[in-house]
Amino acid sequence: MELLVIFISALLINNFVLHYFLGICPFIGVSNRLDSAFSMGLAVTFVMTIAATVSWLIYYLLLVPYHLEFLEIVSFILVIASLVQVVEMFIKKVSPPLYQALGIYLPLITTNCAILGVALLTVLKKYNFIETLVFALGAGLGFTLAIVIMAGIREELEFADVPETLKGAGITLITAGILALAFMGFSGLV
Amino acid sequence: MNLWKEFIKGWWKENPVFVMVLGMCPTLAVTNSVKNAIGMIGAVAFVLIGSSFIVSIIRKMVPNQVRIATFIVVIATFVTMADRYLAAYYPDLSRALGPYVPLIVVNCIILGRQEAFASKNGILASVLDALGMSIGFGIALMLMSSVREILGSGTWLGMKVLGNWYIPWQVMILPAGAFFVLGFLIWGFNSVNKAFKG
Repeated sequence: MELLVIFISALLINNFVLHYFLGICPFIGVSNRLDSAFSMGLAVTFVMTIAATVSWLIYYLLLVPYHLEFLEIVSFILVIASLVQVVEMFIKKVSPPLYQALGIYLPLITTNCAILGVALLTVLKKYNFIETLVFALGAGLGFTLAIVIMAGIREELEFADVPETLKGAGITLITAGILALAFMGFSGLV
Repeated sequence: MNLWKEFIKGWWKENPVFVMVLGMCPTLAVTNSVKNAIGMIGAVAFVLIGSSFIVSIIRKMVPNQVRIATFIVVIATFVTMADRYLAAYYPDLSRALGPYVPLIVVNCIILGRQEAFASKNGILASVLDALGMSIGFGIALMLMSSVREILGSGTWLGMKVLGNWYIPWQVMILPAGAFFVLGFLIWGFNSVNKAFKG
């Protein structure tokens, strides 16, 4: 039950993009087309789940026993940066079709604040290992959901008559605001 | 004269938030009150100026292939310092900013300036560039947080500015309000720029 609550709240209520404002850069940059948004979402979910569990292990098995908690930021970002590279090489070797689909998005993920955000939040919320796993999965799927909905809206927006100076970031942010309002409705779920 | 240009370009012409649309996470997340915004501006300015200074010193020693990793380690060190300092001296502010202080590491403004400027220019120019960008970031955050706090709670930096007749517009301090305010500010910014050009 507890796990389900964590999953639902990471997925819908405290959606990473619309509530925590994490991963806004790809959210604005990659959400032009539906298929690329979906691939980006899957790549993020994949890396996020691995990164969160690995950072959890490093934090509790390495940093806490040696009282090195202040190295949290440095070690997490290094873990994520190297992890992305390893994952990229691994996928390339094991599954070329998957690499074709996710390949170009993987390097971008290093600077995606949502990944580091998940790792930091699990420490902040004192989740245990299983909770971390569920939280990261929910957060990643929530990111996918938000970016896919956004891409769907933006494909339609291309045919709308938007004022010249509002085009691009402006209209995207206002649309995201309306989306965030809609997602607020989910807060009654739990 | 050239240095002056590096210094002021970040204020308006290359404003990191409104023109380059970088560093969106903190811009949206911590601007629900002016106090939080000031804390964030201070932390970002410290990290940006510190890492620009260090990166411009070591720019000739770092091999090209590992430069991004090196920059990130430099930035992460400064972020850790800022984070620890805030936690020690301003625990309330540190709690309010939550994960957004550590997240300065992946703020694209900072890595962007290292990659685009500090790794190619001298110390003085890099520090001035960082200072100018911090001011631009500060302008954007102050604008955002002032609008949101005044509309959302009727106060500015905790002081009451709107009378009792004002019913706080709660949405403004919620996430949705952040998106709206930034969207409209970018719209206004573009319109002003266009009007002046034409």
